[in-house]
Amino acid sequence: MLRFEDVVLQQGDFTLRADWPVASGAKLAVIGPSGSGKSTLLLAVAGFLPPMQGRILWQGQDLAVLPPGARPVTMLFQDQNLFPHLTVAQNIGLGLSPRLRLTTQDHDSIARALDRVGLPEMAQRRPGALSGGQMARVALARALLRARPILLLDEPFSALGPALKDEMLDLVTGVAQDTGALVMMVSHDPGDAQRFADQTVLVADGIACTPTPTSDLFANPPPALRTYLGS
Amino acid sequence: MKTQFLTAGFLVAASVAHAETPVLNVLTYDSFVSEWGPGPAIEKAFEAECGCDLVFTGSGDGAALLARVQMEGAGSQADIVLGLDTNLTAAAAATELFAPHKVEGDFEIPMGWSDPIFVPYDFGWFAFVYDKTKLTNPPKNFTELAASDLKIVIQDPRSSTPGLGLVMWVQDAYGENASEIWMGLKDNILTVTPGWSEAYGLFTNGEADMVLSYTTSPTYHVVAESDDTKAAALFDEGHYMQVEVMGKLAATDQDALADQFLAFMVSDAAQAILPTTNWMYPVRTPAAGLGAGFDATPKPSISLLMKPELAMNRQDWAVEEWRSVLAQ
Amino acid sequence: MTRAAAPAYLAGAILLVVVLGPLPLLLTRGQVTLTGADFAALRFTVMQAGLSALLSCLLAVPVARALHRRRFVGRGAMIALMGAPFLLPVIVAALGIVSIWGARGWLARMGLPLPSLYGLQGVLLAHVFLNLPLATRMLLQGWQAIPAERLRLGESLGFDPWARFRHLEWPMLRSVLPGAMLAVFLVCLTSFAIVLTLGGGPKATTLELAIYQAVRFDFDLPRAAALALLQFGVCGLAVAASARLVRDAGFGAGLDRSLAPPAPAGWRRGLDGFLLLLTAAFLLLPLLAITLNGLLGLPAMPAQVWPALARSLIVAVTCGILSTVMALALALAVAKGARGLEYMAMLPLAASSMVLGIGLFLAVQPFVPPAALGLPVTLLVNIVLALPYAFRLILPEARALQADYGRLAEALDMRGLARLRLLTLPHLRRPLGLSAGLAAALAMGDLGAIALFASDGGATLPLLIQRLMGAYRMEAAAGAALVLMVANFGLFWLFDRWGRHAAV
Repeated sequence: MLRFEDVVLQQGDFTLRADWPVASGAKLAVIGPSGSGKSTLLLAVAGFLPPMQGRILWQGQDLAVLPPGARPVTMLFQDQNLFPHLTVAQNIGLGLSPRLRLTTQDHDSIARALDRVGLPEMAQRRPGALSGGQMARVALARALLRARPILLLDEPFSALGPALKDEMLDLVTGVAQDTGALVMMVSHDPGDAQRFADQTVLVADGIACTPTPTSDLFANPPPALRTYLGS
Repeated sequence: MKTQFLTAGFLVAASVAHAETPVLNVLTYDSFVSEWGPGPAIEKAFEAECGCDLVFTGSGDGAALLARVQMEGAGSQADIVLGLDTNLTAAAAATELFAPHKVEGDFEIPMGWSDPIFVPYDFGWFAFVYDKTKLTNPPKNFTELAASDLKIVIQDPRSSTPGLGLVMWVQDAYGENASEIWMGLKDNILTVTPGWSEAYGLFTNGEADMVLSYTTSPTYHVVAESDDTKAAALFDEGHYMQVEVMGKLAATDQDALADQFLAFMVSDAAQAILPTTNWMYPVRTPAAGLGAGFDATPKPSISLLMKPELAMNRQDWAVEEWRSVLAQ
Repeated sequence: MTRAAAPAYLAGAILLVVVLGPLPLLLTRGQVTLTGADFAALRFTVMQAGLSALLSCLLAVPVARALHRRRFVGRGAMIALMGAPFLLPVIVAALGIVSIWGARGWLARMGLPLPSLYGLQGVLLAHVFLNLPLATRMLLQGWQAIPAERLRLGESLGFDPWARFRHLEWPMLRSVLPGAMLAVFLVCLTSFAIVLTLGGGPKATTLELAIYQAVRFDFDLPRAAALALLQFGVCGLAVAASARLVRDAGFGAGLDRSLAPPAPAGWRRGLDGFLLLLTAAFLLLPLLAITLNGLLGLPAMPAQVWPALARSLIVAVTCGILSTVMALALALAVAKGARGLEYMAMLPLAASSMVLGIGLFLAVQPFVPPAALGLPVTLLVNIVLALPYAFRLILPEARALQADYGRLAEALDMRGLARLRLLTLPHLRRPLGLSAGLAAALAMGDLGAIALFASDGGATLPLLIQRLMGAYRMEAAAGAALVLMVANFGLFWLFDRWGRHAAV
């Protein structure tokens, strides 16, 4: 279980509060107006923004003591998920060994992961030679191999077309099933939340609200969501 | 790591040498120990007679030498300091780091010499050097030079021995009227260089008509390069001298050896080496003479040199006068 | 700031001790007095350094842009040439300038009516000659750091040259130019032999000369230290001013796809060509003069040149590598937010090598005869003095690397040597090669503080050249200077080539 315990996050003048638990293996959408602090929440879990107050607990353990790389977390950023000077295989391999000491077995795993995300034969390419969708797939393949129990997605598919994005969301669902991970996905598209997430967190007015089943939330939207949806 | 081993190697080698033969450390200016200076020949000749190891350490130039002696103080490794001149001897004596010498006899220095602490080993006259093929009618004194259109390169008295020599020259020759001479020379001075090398380089590049150097500079060109196009302009006010001296440090642990070295430096063997390596006049003419090049070099008829105490007292003031006139 | 930053703090500590350590040693030796002449020296120092920085950097803007956007035969050679003047030993550079611009120089002999070289104009000319290439290289890096994606974006938005300047080039210049100006300013701040040789007289007196005078003629160490402090003060103000002017370009990362849009044609092409030609002539002619003089002197050159060259090469390569390692450690830490270290890395630029040398001398003399430490001290001083240049070259790209990939690397738990090998070195190879080349060549040309520590280990090549000149052997000195220039240039080229053959 991931637990935000009376957490206050601060970035400049901006503060965000969160105080709720979410179960392991849940699929959570984080939605809200632009600039409301959706990414801030994820950065705190990933370890890039220490809370001003409160604790973030995973399975009862305070994450504060762990540096980003040691956390039970894989994060996909909006962009810059791949190192341009490394091949696709090496980029994925970093998920297995940050020193890129890869065994034959590791290479097999990388090949299987590439198959899984639909990019066989791409292992030796460099990111510069890939399309946006392909780069996202490579990042997902790495997440698959890292198999951390928390997967954070910070709008990594926002630049993709609707069909492609739906494909990627299904792929994330698949990866989450394979690894049993808790997924938190930031999105500005309510459609993403409805398609992908069983629960949704609304971030607005400096508060990340308690997760609510997605269907309930959209059936009976609170005022802040209504403003956001423009309905 | 390698450098540490190298250094360690040096130290070991030095201490081994120390155990076997006495070592005499002589602190001097860099050009003295250079391959083209007197150092190597002097070292060879002295070691042949002393049964010791003579070690020259070269450090900057004459003026930097005194600064270094003062920095090292009584803890200095050196036994002898060689290469000070009369502009520095008063200040050097005042440090009380030097001991009296035991060298006897006279020196063939135009103004004579008597000093309980410092022994002269060579001397020369400052002069403006020109190219005879380009300048047929050189000025005969500072007034003529100031009145001419000639361009000269001089050295900064604050960083160069000849530069300071020129300031003392004008001061000694003109006294209270020195600033007028400087005023007159101002438009002749192409530039002021930090050291002798830069000035002489500019002159040989053809940038200036004359350069401040020594009367013996043309001698070098004649003897070493068979080039007789250079000459020193002789001024009728007289020429300021530079007398180079050496002294024994009071804290030396090689007292007898140090005395032996001082005596050696004014002996025939060393004096014969100096003219064509240091390009200065010996203080005692060697038995074999100076050679044709030196014999053909004209000597100034009037020599100027301030007493060390006077030089020390006037120095700061004269340099400040030079600076303020030229900086206007 | 834990384990990863430890090397950076070690490097910072070494800098602090070596650069500032001498001051108390000197200051405690008596009363401090400063005179009116000292403040005149301060004024002149700041003025000439300021003007030199301004001229060098303003001229570098169009030159760097033309170099960036034009492709022509010999472009690589020209960029490499850009390193040469800065790396020349000062006295050699001065004589090269004189051969071209002097009263009997090439231009004067062609009948061009030139104003006298000697005076402030000569100082500025020489400083621009020495520093224009440095500034150009720094700006060129800035241009190369604008991601091609942004250039293409501008192109597709139909940017005219003015719009491109305003939206792409100006933000880049705001982020790079203050640093370049600062670097040139600080180089010229401690310039000594150039100012004195070409300055025309005591009007052109710098603080460094005043320090030299205080030590040599007056043996007034407290005064020397006070003047050194004054120099640090000026340096501090310049650093602060530059920090205020810097604006982060904020371009974000590109994917390193090398598909820059084509450069404008027409008269702009002609102008760029003319500019590059003029710059090449300005930089090349003095080098050519040095080469010709040197060739004439080669036969006169003594055999001692070769062992001296070997000693210089050892010093240079060691300094190049160690200086760059220290600079990299500092730059990575600064990129991660340790701002204090940034100022520390710039400190040596304001250091008087005279004071540095005396400080080290006073520090070691009670324990070891200074001559025994000649080589290590030579290395230490050169590493420290070259460090700011290496640091300045590495920092912008270290910052970009941190901004673009810092989080990803941390999220993937890439730490220590693995991160260095897999991320830092591949990405920073270009500036690392450049800075190692620069540091090596600077160390090779330097004479600096070493005179005091003259060791029995034999002379380095610059010292040998000085000895040759001091012994009337101007021709042989010119030959040896040519050898030094070629070796210097070769060394720089090798390091730089290693960097430019980067995988990224």
